[in-house]
Amino acid sequence: MNKGRDTFFLQITRLAALSIVFIIIVMAHELFRGSELAFSRFGLGFLTGSEWDPVHGKFGSWPLIYGTLVSSLVALALAVPLSLGVAIFLAELAPPWLREPLSFLVELLAAIPSVVYGLWGLFVLVPWLRDVVQPLLGKTLGFLPLFQGPPLGVGMLAAGMVLAIMILPIITAVSREVLLAVPQSQREAMLALGATRWETIRRAVLPYGRSGIIGAIILGLGRALGETMAVTMVIGNRPQVSASLFDLGQTIASVIANEFSEGFDELHLSALIASALLLFIITFSVNIIARLLVWKVSISQGVSRD
Amino acid sequence: MLFLTVLATGIALVPLASILVYVGIKGLPALNWEFFTQLPKAVGEPGGGLANAILGTIILVLLAAGIALPLGILTGIYLAEFGKDRLAPTVRFLCDVLTGVPSIIVGIVVYSTVVLTMKRFSALAGGIALAIIMLPLVARSTEEMLRLVPHSLREASLALGATQGRTIRSVVLRSALGGIVTGAMLATARVAGETAPLLFTALNSRYWPTGLDERIASLPVYIFTYSTTPYEDLHRLAWGAALVLVSMVLGTSIAARLAAKKVNGGK
Amino acid sequence: MSVKIKVENLNAWYGRNQVLKDINLEIEANKVTAIIGPSGCGKSTFIRCLNRLHEVVPGARVRGHVWVDGQDLYAPGVDPTEVRHRIGMVFQKPNPFPTMSIFENVAVGVRIHGLKPGVKLEEIVERSLRMAALWEEVSDRLYTSGVSLSGGQQQRLCIARALAVEPEVLLLDEPCASLDPISTLKIEDLLVELKKNYTIVIVTHNMQQAARVSDYTAFLLDGELVEYGPTPEIFTRPRDKRTEDYITGRFG
Repeated sequence: MNKGRDTFFLQITRLAALSIVFIIIVMAHELFRGSELAFSRFGLGFLTGSEWDPVHGKFGSWPLIYGTLVSSLVALALAVPLSLGVAIFLAELAPPWLREPLSFLVELLAAIPSVVYGLWGLFVLVPWLRDVVQPLLGKTLGFLPLFQGPPLGVGMLAAGMVLAIMILPIITAVSREVLLAVPQSQREAMLALGATRWETIRRAVLPYGRSGIIGAIILGLGRALGETMAVTMVIGNRPQVSASLFDLGQTIASVIANEFSEGFDELHLSALIASALLLFIITFSVNIIARLLVWKVSISQGVSRD
Repeated sequence: MLFLTVLATGIALVPLASILVYVGIKGLPALNWEFFTQLPKAVGEPGGGLANAILGTIILVLLAAGIALPLGILTGIYLAEFGKDRLAPTVRFLCDVLTGVPSIIVGIVVYSTVVLTMKRFSALAGGIALAIIMLPLVARSTEEMLRLVPHSLREASLALGATQGRTIRSVVLRSALGGIVTGAMLATARVAGETAPLLFTALNSRYWPTGLDERIASLPVYIFTYSTTPYEDLHRLAWGAALVLVSMVLGTSIAARLAAKKVNGGK
Repeated sequence: MSVKIKVENLNAWYGRNQVLKDINLEIEANKVTAIIGPSGCGKSTFIRCLNRLHEVVPGARVRGHVWVDGQDLYAPGVDPTEVRHRIGMVFQKPNPFPTMSIFENVAVGVRIHGLKPGVKLEEIVERSLRMAALWEEVSDRLYTSGVSLSGGQQQRLCIARALAVEPEVLLLDEPCASLDPISTLKIEDLLVELKKNYTIVIVTHNMQQAARVSDYTAFLLDGELVEYGPTPEIFTRPRDKRTEDYITGRFG
């Protein structure tokens, strides 16, 4: 009789586990079904078309893809050096009593809701960019196409910066874990050769954790690509391809947030769902790559083969 | 080089400080009795509060937790305790996939399934969307907590003649309870601040919630809509809402972490 | 006969736990000195004090003096990296750098300290690998990963890595603990060969090994130096009852 209750319990938990499979299947199904119309109408032109104009029924998602990639790359360019610096400090250099509280503060950054980042970005970061940073960049590096045009505050640069702040905690946290997983024997081997602490980090610790750190960065990239609210609030929401980071832009996620609830017609909605499918596929692949890399580090901890 | 890493850490903490300070300074003046008790006024009328949005957020989060906690914890149990078959790695993998899905996509999917079926925006749809985001977080944290329970404890119980199910229910779950609660609280805090999935599911409302099949207000959506209007008054309310939301979210996650520390320290 | 290392009133702690108590001993140049004792007696800590590696563990402290050729390693202003450059170390478990090739593993120390003018890196690598008796086995695959080697080969690679920076002293912390008997024999032969050019201190829990390879033996117990002398004397006529109990296997 106990046996019967056990089997019942097992079946209940398995059913719960299946709910996740079910959700993913429904998700994929809905995205494919919903985007059929857009893909049948535009074919591959949906990806390459450079005009996204709901009013005239033109849906080329290249400006959105461009905006998504560029804002995320700007975010990575800013966040990666910072995150690695913080992770190295937390894992290797900080005095022990400081490590816990600092890690905690960095984790707090991850707990702040996206929409609050957007609010802060809109009313604090954007005016600062418009009045201080962009004029300065324009004056000093204005010869680069990246920093040309009127300082608007909102735009690609603002989106990239907010994203950088938002992905910093995850890159930091995962890299820190990776660094902490580097065996002490690796550090001691390098120290015993007469290396300084910094040389030890650079030549033994970082190479050992290399693929895990790359995984952490890609995980951050995945987060940045799909981030919606904060980006929507500061990017300016104009679907265009421009070399300048001062210009307005649009990402896949932000176009959905802006237009989905007021979709003009079936084709517009389908185009939005098709771009969602695109985003789903991109973030899906990026996350898989990241997990594989991080996972590889955690299983390859033993150096010796015997 | 030490200097560079200290510098990086300093720079990384500037936004955190700036956000907390601004939310505090700009949010505090907006908070008064009216804010917590009144409905929003029409645009242009001064005053008004966001009481319905506070209540709405609480309802949405409770709905999400009501769906995601049982499902997530059971899934976690399956993954940690029973999952010796081929299903377990698949589910674990899909959990990670689902965690990585941008929340706006969850919104779209719930719109095209729940909202279109019910033919209306509703609190229920919003709750389901949040639950989908919460589910994989709860499942994986539960699994991890269960794995931390020492094997000897299980064996002791099994040796006393308890069945596997009984062992899990009375021994394993009990000793992992603290960790599971922490994970649940962190996941709850995380979805309380979600905005994107609510945009086309729960939508928004200027009135008190009347039923789960009605559209419902929430703090995150109000922050978004108010901050993107040109009105100073509404900006003020948005900052107030941000302060309330941040306090709720950070309060919950800090409490969860402290609780986790206490549980771990006590062992 | 000359003294290479003179240890004077050496004390070491992990946190509040004192693991070495007032150690005094003199280590001869170009000899193999074995440190024996039961697990937890402080023998690893002892040799980690000889190249100032003990202090890299959080909470670890050292007090006392270690004179190498008359210079105190623990005098103020002494650079620990310079100390470790002069005093090489091989660890209990082989720990080659997994992302580096065999060549790079040996070369990395030289790269850190800079190549002397007129010397070729390739020559140093070859000479170090030859001294570690590994050259014949790996000369045709220098650019493959160091972790593709067997455990015994990895340990000899670690010895080559330590020798490449031309230390004066070589410390070995139970270098054969994780190796099979044949690899162990190879390493023991190697030590006898190496002592012509280096002063060697080896920690071992294996008393046959101490008896086979060492000229002097020190017996540590609970952080104290119980007995120290020429190896044959320690093993045949121990003066202390505790040494006798230990080497006859009555405890430990």
